Amino acid sequence: MVGIRSYGGYVPRLRLNKMIIFGSMGWLNPANIMNAQGEKAVANFDEDAVTMATAAAMDCIAGFDRADIGGVYLATTTASYKERLCANLVAGALAADESIRTADFGGGLKAGTTALMAALDAAAAGSADNIVVTASDCRIGKMASVQEFMFGDGAGSVMVGSGDDVIAEYKGSFSTGHDFVDHMRGANTKYDRQWEERWMRDVGVGQFIPEAINGLCEKLGMAPGDFAKIIYPSYFGGARKAINKKLGVEPEKIQDNMQAVIGDTGTAQPLLMLAKALEDAKPGDKLLVVSYGSGCDALAFEVTDAIKKLAPRRGVSGYLARRADLDNYQKYLLWRGMIPAELGLRSEEQRWTRWSLMWRAHKAMLGLIGSQCKGCGTPQFPPQRICVNPECGVVDDSEPVLMSDKGGTIFSFTSDMLAATINPPAMYGAVNFNGGGRYVFDFTDCSIDDLAVGTPIEFSFRIKHRDDQHDITNYFWKAVPVAEGAK
Amino acid sequence: MAEGIRDKVVILGMGCTKFGERWESAPEDLAVEAFVECIEDAGIEKKQIEAAWLGSHFDEINIGKGGNFLGMALKLPLVPVTRTENFCASGTEAFRGACYGVASGAYDIALALGVEKLKDTGYGGLPDTPAFGQMQAMIGPNATAPGMFAQLATGYSAKYNVPMDRIKEAMAHISWKSHQNGTKNPRAHLRKPIPIEQIMGAPMIAYPLGLFDCCGVSDGSACAIVTTPEIAAKLKPNQDLVKVKALQVAVSSGEEAIFNDWDGAGMLTTRAAATKAYDEAGIKNPREEISMMEVHDCFSITEFATMEDLHISAPGTAADDILAGFYDLDGQIPCQPDGGLKCFGHPIAASGLRMLFEMYNQLLGRWPEDRAVKNPKFGLTHNLGGVPNQNVCSIAIVGKD
Repeated sequence: MVGIRSYGGYVPRLRLNKMIIFGSMGWLNPANIMNAQGEKAVANFDEDAVTMATAAAMDCIAGFDRADIGGVYLATTTASYKERLCANLVAGALAADESIRTADFGGGLKAGTTALMAALDAAAAGSADNIVVTASDCRIGKMASVQEFMFGDGAGSVMVGSGDDVIAEYKGSFSTGHDFVDHMRGANTKYDRQWEERWMRDVGVGQFIPEAINGLCEKLGMAPGDFAKIIYPSYFGGARKAINKKLGVEPEKIQDNMQAVIGDTGTAQPLLMLAKALEDAKPGDKLLVVSYGSGCDALAFEVTDAIKKLAPRRGVSGYLARRADLDNYQKYLLWRGMIPAELGLRSEEQRWTRWSLMWRAHKAMLGLIGSQCKGCGTPQFPPQRICVNPECGVVDDSEPVLMSDKGGTIFSFTSDMLAATINPPAMYGAVNFNGGGRYVFDFTDCSIDDLAVGTPIEFSFRIKHRDDQHDITNYFWKAVPVAEGAK
Repeated sequence: MAEGIRDKVVILGMGCTKFGERWESAPEDLAVEAFVECIEDAGIEKKQIEAAWLGSHFDEINIGKGGNFLGMALKLPLVPVTRTENFCASGTEAFRGACYGVASGAYDIALALGVEKLKDTGYGGLPDTPAFGQMQAMIGPNATAPGMFAQLATGYSAKYNVPMDRIKEAMAHISWKSHQNGTKNPRAHLRKPIPIEQIMGAPMIAYPLGLFDCCGVSDGSACAIVTTPEIAAKLKPNQDLVKVKALQVAVSSGEEAIFNDWDGAGMLTTRAAATKAYDEAGIKNPREEISMMEVHDCFSITEFATMEDLHISAPGTAADDILAGFYDLDGQIPCQPDGGLKCFGHPIAASGLRMLFEMYNQLLGRWPEDRAVKNPKFGLTHNLGGVPNQNVCSIAIVGKD
């Protein structure tokens, strides 16, 4: 049996109420009041498609042995690199073995499901197992654009494999590829451009989604009504009603697109909605998931009994509940690089990215892997040749130890107004890893009020540093204070 | 068994520039200014200097690398010049090099000079350079000096259960006291008294450090000429001699940064170096025997913690001593009688020698009565470079016979 073994989701903590955008930019495009309902999830200043994809993948692999990961497929249209495989960054952060399949999928918004199909086909062929598929996007519309209201940031992930323990059996797929350009970005363009909405709605989603669903149903000898949930992205409320009517399915069988709480997450959207559907699914439920963008992929799954045994995870619901308001539109603009701001001359100091160093230390830097002394058992990060314990001090007698999943507690902290950052104050402090070891980390997803000596933290893979001159994004782990009861 | 440095070296002369925003002065100007005063005080000729040690830290924006700067700025006659760089201990390290050169018998007379030109940085605070290597630059926190030192306050508060308000109050007293002392010193950069209320109400730089908890950044140079007691006695038969009693340096082993035993409430290096320095100087009870100190008050919390690290205030009681005026100019052990880094600013490699300059002149009774320490016997200087979890500490003790 081939299918989904596990699922995970990620929604960034910050939410921007769309009326805040409208309050700033409504004067330029008053018709946007039609799009200004609810809020959108926005990546923090140190998040992007890679970090969100990693967070969803981390959620997905909860309860699984990282050594068993057989592949990492990343789907996104907002990768931080054109050349440098971002899937390797995710795989590195997951501390997966390096002798696995890694690939980036992109180009069109259906890339998330295309990656999923590629993983399912590999599992079916027996060429790889336990492939983590993670899709993520952080798309930007210009100020006052419809897209600015429409898009949200987030990531969805599933792990694919074969065996009796898959939680949702893969039943088949149907795909279309259309050079239908309702949204586009050129190779050197930052902002999404879209064609007329009525055309997108009536000819695009209104025709292609039913085409894909019907195509799959025909292939499988099923009817849309056979599915417990049909999962498809579409921003247009009216179009969704028309599609449902066309398919002859009741609205409660259509998976909520979370437009009012997250927004359209691009390549992540079908996987994010699928992850949410799996949270609520019962054994025997049939799920149909469809992507949209440059064509469609439609996939059918049937949930199995194994879903009851899946380890608990935060999931889309958990991340949705973990929220904070971003009450400042200009902050959002600055973080996305949409407006210039004076960060002080301190921010202009050059910091070189030395790739040979990065490779030498990539397990520590991407995977947060330290060393554990075999003499005294002390875990230490970064890895040390000579044990740091003054009572021990043995040389070259340690083994790698994964620190990213240990969590820890705050040992000391500060919030710093002098440090150059696009999100002052810079908050950082010493963290004691649970089980031993200590390092000074940046704190993120918090305010100074969340910091106290002894507060538990968990680790999150984030943008550490941007070199705008060379277009380099560097990543490392930061510490996130865990609100009581969040775990 | 090593004997240590005690009584083997005498300070023959010292010089110190006015510290401040010396926009008009190149580092060469600063070095010449300190040197001219120093050699005049020493009463020797330049050709008698056999070797020199030069302290500087931020060579990138300052004097460049190597020892050439000093040879060329002072036109030294082809003598060895060794540049010392060890964070904020760089100046004291230059002094240590010169003292060891003399004590070893290799040279009769040696020069130590620290210089730092920081006001060409272009922005406030210390230059943002990768101080701990390239790996840490990539993964270490987006930190500044105030933010790293500020964590001492959170660590101390947690360890001794002293409320942050009490720590803030003691820190404010530290800065108030140093500003009071600085008003009397014509070489200090900042010479205005600052009321306690203004200190307490200042904008936050790095929690819980406000603006007046932080020392400034300035330009300056200070230097010393050292020799043997025998030569000094010949050159200055009618004068008190200031002898070097102890020179100690301790460097972090990594346990503060990545092991779990460090308490985060003070510096392991200072605690270790202080014990060794008292032993080297023959001091049994520092609280009773030390007459005055110039310690590394880069931030008020550093001075706060240092009072305990130097084994003068008992653990957990620094705030009590500070608020009781124990370290005020008229207290039992005046700390920062010249105004400290707080009023001088911190041109990194000049600071250690600037502190020694103050101790030297106090011991010789050269200062006016309003800022003179009464009957000093031992003066202690202390530098703490780097950050609390990864640092260099130097301690010097000087005294009259």
